Amino acid sequence: MDKLAVLTAFLHSIVVYNIPLLYGTVGEITVEKSGSLNLGVEGIMAVGAIFGYICGCYANSLLVGILAAFAAGVLCGALFAVLTVSLQANQNITGLTLTTFGLGLYFFVGNSLKATGWPVMGNYSNIMKGFSDLSIPLLSEIPLVGKGLFSHNILVYLGIAIAVGMWWYLNKTSPGLRLRAVGENPASADSVGINVKRSKYLHICLGCGIMGIGGYYMGLNLGGSFNSHCWINGYGWIAVALVIFANWNPALAILGTFVFGFFNTLQVSGSSLAGAFPGALGWLADIPAQLYQALPFLITAIVLVVTSIRNKRGSSGLPASLGLNYFREDR
Amino acid sequence: MKKILALVLVAVLALGMVACAPAGNEEVFKVGAIYINSKNDTAGYTYAHHNGITTAMKSLGMDVDKQLVIVDEVPEDKQKVAAAIDTLVGKGAKIIFGISFGYIDAMEEAAAKYPDVIFSHGTGYKSNETNFNNYFGRAYQARYLAGIAAGLKSLETGNNNVGYVAAHTTDYAETASGINGFALGVQAVNPNAKIYVKNLNNWADEVNEKAYAEELINSYNCGVISQHCDSAQPQIAAQNANVFGCGYNSDMTPDAPKAHLTAAIWNWNVYYATAIKAAQECGEAKNFVTKMGGSAYYGGLKEGFVDVSPLSENCAAGTDKAIEAVRALMVSGEWDVFSGVKLNITVTDGVANVEKVNAALESNGFEYKDGDFKVPMDNVVVVEAGDPSVADGVITGTMNYLVRGVQEV
Repeated sequence: MDKLAVLTAFLHSIVVYNIPLLYGTVGEITVEKSGSLNLGVEGIMAVGAIFGYICGCYANSLLVGILAAFAAGVLCGALFAVLTVSLQANQNITGLTLTTFGLGLYFFVGNSLKATGWPVMGNYSNIMKGFSDLSIPLLSEIPLVGKGLFSHNILVYLGIAIAVGMWWYLNKTSPGLRLRAVGENPASADSVGINVKRSKYLHICLGCGIMGIGGYYMGLNLGGSFNSHCWINGYGWIAVALVIFANWNPALAILGTFVFGFFNTLQVSGSSLAGAFPGALGWLADIPAQLYQALPFLITAIVLVVTSIRNKRGSSGLPASLGLNYFREDR
Repeated sequence: MKKILALVLVAVLALGMVACAPAGNEEVFKVGAIYINSKNDTAGYTYAHHNGITTAMKSLGMDVDKQLVIVDEVPEDKQKVAAAIDTLVGKGAKIIFGISFGYIDAMEEAAAKYPDVIFSHGTGYKSNETNFNNYFGRAYQARYLAGIAAGLKSLETGNNNVGYVAAHTTDYAETASGINGFALGVQAVNPNAKIYVKNLNNWADEVNEKAYAEELINSYNCGVISQHCDSAQPQIAAQNANVFGCGYNSDMTPDAPKAHLTAAIWNWNVYYATAIKAAQECGEAKNFVTKMGGSAYYGGLKEGFVDVSPLSENCAAGTDKAIEAVRALMVSGEWDVFSGVKLNITVTDGVANVEKVNAALESNGFEYKDGDFKVPMDNVVVVEAGDPSVADGVITGTMNYLVRGVQEV
């Protein structure tokens, strides 16, 4: 076996299949930093996916697809914000409801369209071209990592850019500082003149919009083939866990995504790695498939334990008012 | 005034109930169905069965809206299946189809509990002598034909590596016989072909169905990708990588027009029409199994129960001729896949030549036992050269090995 090809394919798969987790995680961090816990990531990604895909195909433009997915996510976020910020509904319940609603809407729209004429991705040249791999000059020529890490579709780069941008926004700008204040203690933030409601609305919508793009990515990566299973495939739930993994830090979310992705992809590439490097990695072939399937979740569980120990030492990024509704008159 | 009004209302309601009663007893033959997923699915396993039942009923001139009763999204849980059966019997179903393997025990018990109702279980192996049968099809025959298309393509491209994304491998006879049928078809055309199988260990995992196909293409350099899974992801992956593929369950050419060759498909309506007709004509439920000619229906190419989808233009020249010649051998019953006779198929200038050679059917040396995929076999010869095919019970129940030339990776 071609050792280089096996390793390159492994690295490439880690990135391609796990970037949607980064969108979901960064989106959820944005929402949670405002003090709102939104468990509807799976549903919002599904809504973003279906509307992004359909609009993108009809317009034959990847950009329109991305904007539509973002807009669909924003609308879901607005719904969540109206219910929890304005009407003070329980955040956990509202989030879970949003998951059910989102998946239902996904299948309703998809099945209705499938009955009349589903847009096949391959027929939309601009989408296919837009989603094909773009090699970064020079970097992509490095052997192994070049093809594995620096030759991807534009949405991979956009995901990384959003994560870095969000880190900068949260930590280096004054609106970011104000947002963190709202998430920590909305009453204090209110008392120094920050518009708590506006800040919450804005960031819930922004975060959900980012999740929507992640959903669109999932749909494109699966070639837009609509089936009886949702494209999102549980990635929304993993994103919720990755937020804790990343300690509410969008830059760490990049690392978290790839660490999780490494174990996730081991299931796919374990036997070829064992075949290519029988001496060093031969043991990978003896691991039962069931363990491979459980591995990403075992790793998540271990990381959650480690993070909670670290958090006890007081370095947590957990917003203090997370999950609590803020009612001005209660002050 | 109020009392009078109440009395009148009660009288109206009571009369209304009496009036309604006879209408519900009207004699129509009702078909019941228990599905594992939603009846509104537009693709996949449940869709294939629902489509089969409705097509069969329409062909028999039945009214699907009035004569088909369904309980869907029933998990493989004995109590829930029993409850679904009670519901369907209550609604007057005369024959009940259960489509998922795990319904087996609940259906067996229900057949004893409701002797006046016919029970028909898809993919299972249990039955009785009267009102309970099972049904499945010789998918391996269709897969052999698809294997011929894949083998000819591998000769054309000069790449002997063929990949196969499988939901399961040797732990289910259904998947093992499918892989083996396909592999033997490939080898009949291209004796040097090597078939790499990747085990998903999951009946539905769309993301990995694509990832596994890409892995077979990138790391194992496979030039044709076959599959045993519902979604078209392996075909889409093949198209993205400019290689070819054989689908399953439905014609996947629209999903991957540049890659797809042909797919092994099921025509479930063939069985459903036969069974519903038998149920209507057999008089009492206890005569059903006799009327069907046995308690296990196992149709193949001959009945039209399985087939390959129309060949796409990606197929190598002469594929149609080769497939037609081999199909004729199987339809006439002259030859079958898992026998001690091997076919050597050559295509020259668009003319197919099929030659029968006595050769032992051999496994690749391993079998599935006690949860372990890699137990070495004492005797790799499964069928001696020249001997007839293995029994149907082996193909549906105990086949736990892959044939020579197939490697699980």
